[in-house]
Amino acid sequence: MQEIAQLLINGVVSGTILAVPAIGFTAIYAVLRFPNFAVASHATVGAFAGYVANASLGLPAPAAVLAGFAVAGVVGVASDQLALRPLRPSGALTSAIASVALMIALENVLRFAFGNDLRGFDLPILRDWRFAGLRVGPQQLENLAMAVAAMTALFLFLAFTRTGKAMRAVADNPALADIKGIDPERMARLASFIGMGLAGVGGVLLGLDTSIDPLTGFRAILAIFAAAVVGGLGSIPGAVVGALTVGIAEELSLLAFQPAYRTAVGFLAILIVLMIRPRGLLGERAY
Amino acid sequence: MLDYLVSLLTYAALYGIMALALNLVWGMGGMINLGLVGFYAIGAYVSALATIKLGVPIALGAGAALVLSAALGSVVALATVRLRSDYLAIVTLGFAEVVRIVASNEIWLTNGTDGISNIPGPLRGAVTPETFNLIYLTLMVAVVAAAIFLLQRLARAPFGRALRAIRDDDQVAAVAGKPVLAFKAQVFAVSAGILGLAGSLYAHYSSYVAPDSFQPLLTIYIVLALVAGGRGNNYGAILGAVLVVAFTESTRFLAEVVPGLQAVQVAALRQLVVSVGLLLILRYRPGGILPERILPVAIPARRSE
Repeated sequence: MQEIAQLLINGVVSGTILAVPAIGFTAIYAVLRFPNFAVASHATVGAFAGYVANASLGLPAPAAVLAGFAVAGVVGVASDQLALRPLRPSGALTSAIASVALMIALENVLRFAFGNDLRGFDLPILRDWRFAGLRVGPQQLENLAMAVAAMTALFLFLAFTRTGKAMRAVADNPALADIKGIDPERMARLASFIGMGLAGVGGVLLGLDTSIDPLTGFRAILAIFAAAVVGGLGSIPGAVVGALTVGIAEELSLLAFQPAYRTAVGFLAILIVLMIRPRGLLGERAY
Repeated sequence: MLDYLVSLLTYAALYGIMALALNLVWGMGGMINLGLVGFYAIGAYVSALATIKLGVPIALGAGAALVLSAALGSVVALATVRLRSDYLAIVTLGFAEVVRIVASNEIWLTNGTDGISNIPGPLRGAVTPETFNLIYLTLMVAVVAAAIFLLQRLARAPFGRALRAIRDDDQVAAVAGKPVLAFKAQVFAVSAGILGLAGSLYAHYSSYVAPDSFQPLLTIYIVLALVAGGRGNNYGAILGAVLVVAFTESTRFLAEVVPGLQAVQVAALRQLVVSVGLLLILRYRPGGILPERILPVAIPARRSE
């Protein structure tokens, strides 16, 4: 019983962190209408930016998260404009394939610059807090708080600012938004910046928990997809629900399977959802 | 030098077979499979395990690889065939990753990340390594030729026409009475079977398989080969495979052109060049070198008004 409670706590924490890149992925899908596999490498870009801010410049964890957001966001806009935008007329599938190539390209830029070694953030080592036999690490809680802060900021932006509303309008009905005078290209850039920035935040949060290398983001890719698909591709609240579901399911799978199969849980979740309810929990139709 | 060339050609033939399989499912069927390397891995492991643990002849191992990959392909297809292509891309990519995770962790079966070595090859040991390589290249060329022959037949047969119709507009094809889902599932399974065969050929050639041989980068190589050669064109698939092998091999010499790089940097640079190459081709030459040719149909002359 206690073991399950501990796993649930871990699942909620990891699910909340997972929600951040999953929102990024789903937001880009909502506006640009293709699955951008390059979220994985942008998460890694963010993780390395955060690492440089923290380990080389000596900044604290929240500043590292901000650095991850800014750098991944800028790289996201630049790489999208340079590599993916010219392919949009060729359709969603071509963009998706190109995004896989982009993912591998960025990953190798990082590998070229930093090598394959594992790198850890420079953080104070703190004792876990214990209560009623359950353990929670202070760093875990700080990560949780930062993930919640990032999501709150996004919700406020989308709900209350003019630009945020415009972005939702494009996601909802691009033709109507165009008639209203919303520049679709501007919204595409904005979606890339925010989406990839959030992926970067996710990368930093993952890295704070463990360590980073050029494959950090790629290892999380199935979980990110799973969160977005379970919640319903293109739905931001869906991504949060999906991420919590996948995070908890991954932890509970430890009761029955070896830890290595955690990643496979995401894939299983994708398959089950697509077979039973293809639109996801809160999303649109998948076919 | 000759041996090097023979090994390059063998890999070109191997990539060619995979590109043909991708052309069948994506070029003609319009369904993307970003998990090519998963089916390829299944074929490699099935064939390796069947010949080593069960001691069956190599041909039987290859047959088992083909059948089992096709069977798994039909399972994946049945689960995903209704999905839009962007979902299919996600599911197939995930499938390949899961295959790699299973191969890395079911140590009792696959020997984990250490991989399986000493996989038998036809006449390996009985002849000199150089002769073995030549024999294997001949075998590969024969398989490629057979695959092209069958796939060209398929493309011209009513099955191929219906397939292209579904690719271009599945609603119209459905209205014309074509069983769209059955077509898609069949073609996905056949393509997966060909990929499994390619995996088996790889295992018996290299004599060693490990999860590391089945990285997503390989899928990118094959997509690059098909897009560069000409999506929808079987000869284009082969041409593209030859070009990709030539291209990736020439990047090997980057290390000499750019001095002072570490090994990991050279490896990163090579992968970077390949992925950027795919991006450039998608942008500037989306039809490939040998674009798909569709036999002209007599179109009724437009009435002048």
